[in-house]
Amino acid sequence: MSVAAAVETVDLAVTPLRELNQRLHDLASEPGPRHWRVVNPNGAHAIACGLDADVEVEIDGHAGYYCAGMNKRATVTVHGNVSTGVAENLMSGRVIVEGSASQSSGATGRGGLLVVHGDASARCGISMKGIDIVVRGNVGHLSAFMAQTGRLLVCGDAGEALGDSIYEARLYVAGIVKGLGADCVEKEVREEHLAEVRQLLAAAEITDVEPASFRRYGSARRLYTFEIDNADAY
Amino acid sequence: MCGIVGLFAKTGEIEDRLGAYLGAMLVQMSSRGPDSAGVAVYRDPVPAGSSKLVVYSADPAEDWGALAVALGNRFAACEHPMRRASHAVLVVEGDVDDVSGWIHDERPDLRVMSASRVIEIYKEVGLPTAFAERFRLEELAGSHALGHTRMATESRVTTEGSHPFSTGLDLCLVHNGSLSNHNRLRQSLRREGIEFRTENDTEVAAGYLAWRLREGASLQEALEGCLADLDGFYTFLCGTADGFAVLRDPIACKPAVMAETDDWVAMASEWRAIAVLPGSAEARLWEPEPGVVYAWERQAVA
Repeated sequence: MSVAAAVETVDLAVTPLRELNQRLHDLASEPGPRHWRVVNPNGAHAIACGLDADVEVEIDGHAGYYCAGMNKRATVTVHGNVSTGVAENLMSGRVIVEGSASQSSGATGRGGLLVVHGDASARCGISMKGIDIVVRGNVGHLSAFMAQTGRLLVCGDAGEALGDSIYEARLYVAGIVKGLGADCVEKEVREEHLAEVRQLLAAAEITDVEPASFRRYGSARRLYTFEIDNADAY
Repeated sequence: MCGIVGLFAKTGEIEDRLGAYLGAMLVQMSSRGPDSAGVAVYRDPVPAGSSKLVVYSADPAEDWGALAVALGNRFAACEHPMRRASHAVLVVEGDVDDVSGWIHDERPDLRVMSASRVIEIYKEVGLPTAFAERFRLEELAGSHALGHTRMATESRVTTEGSHPFSTGLDLCLVHNGSLSNHNRLRQSLRREGIEFRTENDTEVAAGYLAWRLREGASLQEALEGCLADLDGFYTFLCGTADGFAVLRDPIACKPAVMAETDDWVAMASEWRAIAVLPGSAEARLWEPEPGVVYAWERQAVA
C-alpha cells in the first residue's frame, strides 16, 4: 500500500496537539500511515501518548511533559530533549530520546523499552513495574525509587538514594553511585546478569560500553515481606 | 504549579526587545499559573541621588500627576509620572527610603511595588496574555528581566500576593513551590526589623534574602542559606541589578530548565517558554542541579 510507505508529517505549529494524538489513536482500529514525523513540538505536553499500534513516530525537536506515555507497541523517537515523565506508564514498544530527559522518566512503566542517550535527571524509573530503561549518561537522585520490577541500566553515574525502598527491579550502573537508598544493596554480578546487561545494551544499540563495567544493585528485602514462592508474581 | 521565566540579554537587539520576549515567555506559562502575573524589568538606571519607584493604585482614576506634584514639593524634584495600567513609575530626586516612607505615610492606600534605581516591578491578577497587553510589555527595553505566573496556594489571589517580591536594593524574587516554615520565619525576621505586607510565603523568602544581604552575606551565600533555613519546595529566580541567580531545593520537585546562546541566557519552568526565543533551537540547554546556585552577571564594559 503506497499510503503505508509515505511519511506523514504533522506540524504542531499549525495542527492542534489533540488532532495529532486523535489521528495516532485512530490507528489502533483503522488503517493509516505507519511512519509519522512531528515537527515544531516546542515543548508541548503529551505528544504521541496513549498509542496502541505498530507505528513509528519521530519527533523533531524538544518535547514537553509525558511524551509517549502509556503507549503500547509503537516506537517513538525524539530527536531532542524531553521534559518530566517521558514514557510514563509505558506498556510496550520503544521510546528513544536522543537528547536528555527531565525527571521521572519511565515512571510506573509496565513494559517496553525506554532509551535516553543523554542524561536522565531525578527519579528516573520511579515505581517502575516491568519497563526496561537504558540511560547512556547519568541519572539523578532517587532513581528507581520503590521500583517493583524491570531493569534500569545506567552507563554513567547515579545520584543520591538510588533504589530507595526498592522491590524486585534490577539495577545496573557502570559509573559512580553517589549513594544507595534504604534497603538497596550492591549484589554480585553473575553470568546471567552479564548476559542481561549485554541484552539491554544490544536492545538500546549501544556498542561502546563494556558490559563487564557494570555493577549490580537490588533489594536487600528487609523493608517488605518477600515470599520467594511468589517471586513470579512481580 | 506556577511558572517562572527569566531572560538576560547579551546583545543590544535582545535588550531592545526584552519586554516583548519576556511577555511571550510569560504567555507560554499561562497553564502553570492563570491567577496572576508579574515581571521585574531592569532598565534605565536613574542617576545617583535619585530614586525610581513603581507604585500601584487600586483606583483606576488615580491622579498620578497630582502625586508627582506633591512629591516634587516635598523632595528636590519629581519627573512626570509614566503610567502603565494600574501602576506608575515615579522618578524622584531624593533618598529611596525617604520617598518610600513619605508615600507610605501620606498615601497608605498606595502600594510601592519596587523602589530603587534600576528595577521596575509590575504585577496584577489575571491571565498573562491580558497582563502583557495591559502593561504594554513590548515597550520595555532593558538588560534583563524575570517574570512569574501564579497558581495561588499559600495565600489569596491579590495584586500584593503576586510575584515578583521586591527585596530592596534592586533585588527581587520569584518562586515556584511552597514553603512550610514561613510563619515562624516571618516572626523571627520581623524581630530583625524586616517588614512584611502579606501572608505570602514567597515574601518571607524575599525578606530572608534581604536580611542575609543586610547582614553582609553575598547573594551566593544568602541563597545557599536558604538550603538550611527554608523548609519546603522551591525553584527560586532572584534578580539583581547586574543579573540573576537560580536555586532549586535539594529534593527538586519543582522544574527548571536553562538555556544559553551567544545572544541571551534564559531560565524557565519549562522548555516551551524558552522555545519562543530567537535561536532557541540551537541553544545550549540544561537542567539546573538541585541545591546548586547558578548566577549570571553583566560584565563591566572594558
